[in-house]
Amino acid sequence: MQTFDLESMGLRDLNAALQGQGPDTNETSREVVNPRGSHALAVGLDAPLDVTVHGSTGYYCAGMNSRATIRITGSAGPGVAENMMSGTVIVEGDASQYAGATGHGGLLVIRGNASSRCGISMKGIDIVVGGDVGHMSAFMAQKGNLVICGDAGDALGDSIYEARLFLRGRAKGLGADCVEKEMRPEHLELLAGLLDRAGMNARPEDFRRYGSARGLYHFDIDNAY
Amino acid sequence: MCGIVGLFLKDDGLRPELGAMLTEMLVTMTDRGPDSAGLAVYTPGREPGQAKLTVQAADPSDFEGLDREISGVVGADVAMTVKDSHAVIGLPREMLDRGRTALRDLRPDIRVMSAGETIEIYKEVGLPGDVAKRFDIPGLQGTHGIGHSRMATESAVTTLGAHPFSTGADQCLVHNGSLSNHNSLRRKLAREGVAVETENDTEVAAAYLTREMQQGSSLGRALESGLADLDGFYTFVVGTRDGFGVVRDPIACKPAVMAETDQYVAFGSEYRALVGLPGIDIARVWEPEPATVYFWKH
Repeated sequence: MQTFDLESMGLRDLNAALQGQGPDTNETSREVVNPRGSHALAVGLDAPLDVTVHGSTGYYCAGMNSRATIRITGSAGPGVAENMMSGTVIVEGDASQYAGATGHGGLLVIRGNASSRCGISMKGIDIVVGGDVGHMSAFMAQKGNLVICGDAGDALGDSIYEARLFLRGRAKGLGADCVEKEMRPEHLELLAGLLDRAGMNARPEDFRRYGSARGLYHFDIDNAY
Repeated sequence: MCGIVGLFLKDDGLRPELGAMLTEMLVTMTDRGPDSAGLAVYTPGREPGQAKLTVQAADPSDFEGLDREISGVVGADVAMTVKDSHAVIGLPREMLDRGRTALRDLRPDIRVMSAGETIEIYKEVGLPGDVAKRFDIPGLQGTHGIGHSRMATESAVTTLGAHPFSTGADQCLVHNGSLSNHNSLRRKLAREGVAVETENDTEVAAAYLTREMQQGSSLGRALESGLADLDGFYTFVVGTRDGFGVVRDPIACKPAVMAETDQYVAFGSEYRALVGLPGIDIARVWEPEPATVYFWKH
């Protein structure tokens, strides 16, 4: 296992070392110490590495991740795992605003709470949050699954397309065109798989499903101002 | 962008370290706001019944003999400490208004940064580390303080456009964000006789809060009415003689992180600003909710 000390190494060298890793390496485990809330840690990885960041991170940690597993033992600043393509990102603490924004694939697990705009414009990523999410989460969410084990803030799923939202607690309010939908057996099965992969101890039967009423898909004169 | 830091001490043992801790926090926020910087530090004096004016002069030679001249007008002892472009003028509490009037008559070009029993506001154009050094902020003791690093968006990079802004005796405001209705609000306040000196949006918010409190609102109530009357993006941090408050607009896109231990309550635009604080690893760390007024008092 290789350990990188961000304080002595600096951000550019750390990211270059992680990004330069070939796909065929046997030795995949990496540790990063002294993150001290720094920005853009472990971004743009494109190999099946297993990276653990010991501490809390600033803006955009694990952005654009492809194939790597990145674990943050503390909390993450704004935009964690933004535009993730594949792989897994795990935040042991809380995540700040727009976690998992625009993600195309992979799994983002937040064991604590996520702040506002979690999963905004998500395009295929799966996000599992152990606690609550803030307002405007899954705004314009297009594809993928957002699982919330706690409560949701105001305007959940505003202007949502075809992403699926699973909520165990209560939403302060649903956004425009977001409605509760029937939880069918295939959804219970999907949710059970997501909870299992995220290591969350929750029963799929306790969740409700929300999605798009598809009322905003076509122009309607009554929606014009 | 802009960066905000705030530190409210619960443990009196940390008071001698306040200035040094605040400076370290603010320096980490340099890349959020390299244009100008300012700090409000609440430093109780040794003698009760005393108050102070913190003033700024474009030409520090204006301070020469000023303490004697003010003393002559108000008829009381006046003590002045000059720090670079600023000076702290100490005088009896009941003489504060007379001292301010005397200052305006004697040196019309000198600007009052703050007035009150414990507050001192220092602000200038430049990097946070340089500004803190000019005024020896690391050497200041105190009960609580607020710092701001500015990246200007709404008005020019000048000393008076820097934060914090005074909103009344022992009160101040700093802001990260931009207000979109500050011009109409400035005109409205002007019609009501509330003067705003600069084109800066935050100064309008400060004047608005001052007006609300002059009409009888508490600071908490004034901040709550601000949620309805101030349009735009903001994270505000406010200071009073014995308190410290935080409010974010309902969209809350301007970042804010708070940490609390038995020793302090701390605010940072980012977690980076908090990492040097004692016991941060075991602190309760959270993001303040949108459209919610938070307040701590000694």
